[in-house]
Amino acid sequence: MEYLRYISKRALQTIPLLIIVSLLSFFIIRLSPIDPIAELRLNPSISQETLDKEIKRLNLDKPIGIQYISWAKSFIKGDLGYTSAGEKVSTKLKERIPNTLILTLVVIFMTWSVGIPLGILSAIKKESALDRLLTVLASIGMAIPSFFLAILLLIFAVRTGFFPVGGLTSYNFNDMDIFSKFFDIAKHIFLPATVLFTISLSGLQRQMRANMLEVLDSDYIKFARAKGLSESKVIFKHALRNAINPMITLLGFEFAGLLSGAALTEYVFQYPGLGRLILEAVMKSDINLVMASLMMGTIMLIAGNLIADILLMITDPRLRRGEK
Amino acid sequence: MNIIRKILKDKFAKVAFFVLLFLYIVILLADFIAPYSKYYSNRDLSYAPPSKIYTITTDGKISFPYTYNYIREFEPTLMQTIYKQDRSQKHYIKLFVKGETYKILGFIPCNIHLFGTSDNGQIYLLGTDINGRDVFSRLLFGGRISMTIGFLSLFIVFPIGLLYGGVSGYFGGLIDTMMMRFAEAIMAIPSFYLLIILAAILPSGMTSIQRFCLIVVILALIGWAGFARVVRGMVLSIKNEDFISSAKTIGASNIRIILRHILPQTTSYVIIAMTLSVPSYILAESGLSFLGLGIQQPDASWGNMLKEAQEFTNILYRPWLLAPGGLIFIAVLAFNLLGDAVRDFLDPKSKIKG
Repeated sequence: MEYLRYISKRALQTIPLLIIVSLLSFFIIRLSPIDPIAELRLNPSISQETLDKEIKRLNLDKPIGIQYISWAKSFIKGDLGYTSAGEKVSTKLKERIPNTLILTLVVIFMTWSVGIPLGILSAIKKESALDRLLTVLASIGMAIPSFFLAILLLIFAVRTGFFPVGGLTSYNFNDMDIFSKFFDIAKHIFLPATVLFTISLSGLQRQMRANMLEVLDSDYIKFARAKGLSESKVIFKHALRNAINPMITLLGFEFAGLLSGAALTEYVFQYPGLGRLILEAVMKSDINLVMASLMMGTIMLIAGNLIADILLMITDPRLRRGEK
Repeated sequence: MNIIRKILKDKFAKVAFFVLLFLYIVILLADFIAPYSKYYSNRDLSYAPPSKIYTITTDGKISFPYTYNYIREFEPTLMQTIYKQDRSQKHYIKLFVKGETYKILGFIPCNIHLFGTSDNGQIYLLGTDINGRDVFSRLLFGGRISMTIGFLSLFIVFPIGLLYGGVSGYFGGLIDTMMMRFAEAIMAIPSFYLLIILAAILPSGMTSIQRFCLIVVILALIGWAGFARVVRGMVLSIKNEDFISSAKTIGASNIRIILRHILPQTTSYVIIAMTLSVPSYILAESGLSFLGLGIQQPDASWGNMLKEAQEFTNILYRPWLLAPGGLIFIAVLAFNLLGDAVRDFLDPKSKIKG
């Protein structure tokens, strides 16, 4: 019950946030000197009928405040208009968002399953050779621009031919059985995921190390040790549970960072995700698509934070009792 | 100065400090060090490989360093353009040669360059790009933009963030709620998406200086919200201190209390945050320019130089075009190491976190 109340409260809080974001992005885009349907007008395959429908949907002949309201109304209804190529924006998004989600989830899974143990390890063996090595590697990982690493991996892929370049599936994807399909996607996702993994791993590892060191320094750990508990019990039963909580909050931020980082990586690898979609839309000044994907990106980010908050409540009993 | 002395004690930070110092000196003197100007282009030599420098002659004697010019030839059997060395004439590399005229620090005209070659020789330390421009020279000029844009943005971000966070935290209540909701909204938009949208709506046909300034502003627009939130948090804890109440009792105005009493307390955090956030601005600018939305040709920045590395043929056969990426990496790494050291000194509590 408490869970539900908390979750619904947090979910309700995101509504004003979404309204402000939509206002912001709407005015940023609309105040620019770009005619929102110029591209549609130029496309000969778009009928006058569709054009009129767009003008009516967006109320382009009315003042900007009314334009916003009608845009928001149709957004809530799920009517996102047409891209400059004449496709429905919603179908385009439906096709791209899962790809970005898969990529981000794979990366989060990979970074957590490698970064957390490494963080714990370097905290336990503080100032050992291993810790130093990990610190150096982390500094390097944080300093490589994602797109540069992507280019380097691209060279590797082209030179060796081990990995396919571009796209998410091979041309004969539809003829494959379920296992080859899975394998095919894994092969395509490997390189972009490696880039994002390298970039975000170091931050995660360092953060985990810092949390762990802080917890290991606290009185109750000293007490547990004085009590004569084995070192592994101290670390895994007592220290870890507290050290991991701040990481869950970070999960939300990590998600945000990945969405942004993924844009460049997707672009270099020609990966069909949301980041590349928004980039192409921006280049073509395809306003409908830009607006819609910006909103979707924001919604995904807010949802990511929400999920992190909920997870945190599950792991941290203090939050459940309403303490802070 | 104390801080610099302390930094020099740390091994990593010392190296990082001198690397950055070196980079800044080099880009400051770019006109002098670069053998060519940033607009120089040799239309006959696009994508020429780096000049090879020899110190031993063909008959095995040690000589002053020299190089050969490249000649472009078309190889009909391979259907490829290839570059051959013109072995007929040696071009010795000389120091302090006369070259294109430039202005030292922007006003003293001068035509002496650090190095160059004798008798119409050409020297391309890092090869040339598609327009036959010297990559090495452009790297130096590009550094001017890439290495300063972050600092300039920070000078916008920090006053805004400090004031916004200060006002929000100090007044509290409805003002605080509204201001923070707005800041959160900015943070809720994936930053890179916002960045490319803002960059894309910049009108075309601006001069390069206007464009540069607007990119600085855009980068700042993305960064201030997170900073303001942290400042607000600090202000919330500072505003209940006794010295604030006494300032109120004396009758100091709200603005005075915020500016003179509260914000100075956040100085060490500000310095730490500044050094730690420079790299993210460098990365943001290079990413933006890499996509073609940031600094535009013919101006150079490390990001837009890497744009050429997007093509397969370039990355496979012309690896020298990747040089800017290496420099971004070095600069960001150095800033990170330096930032870590600064944080350790100013915020000893973080030291255990390392």
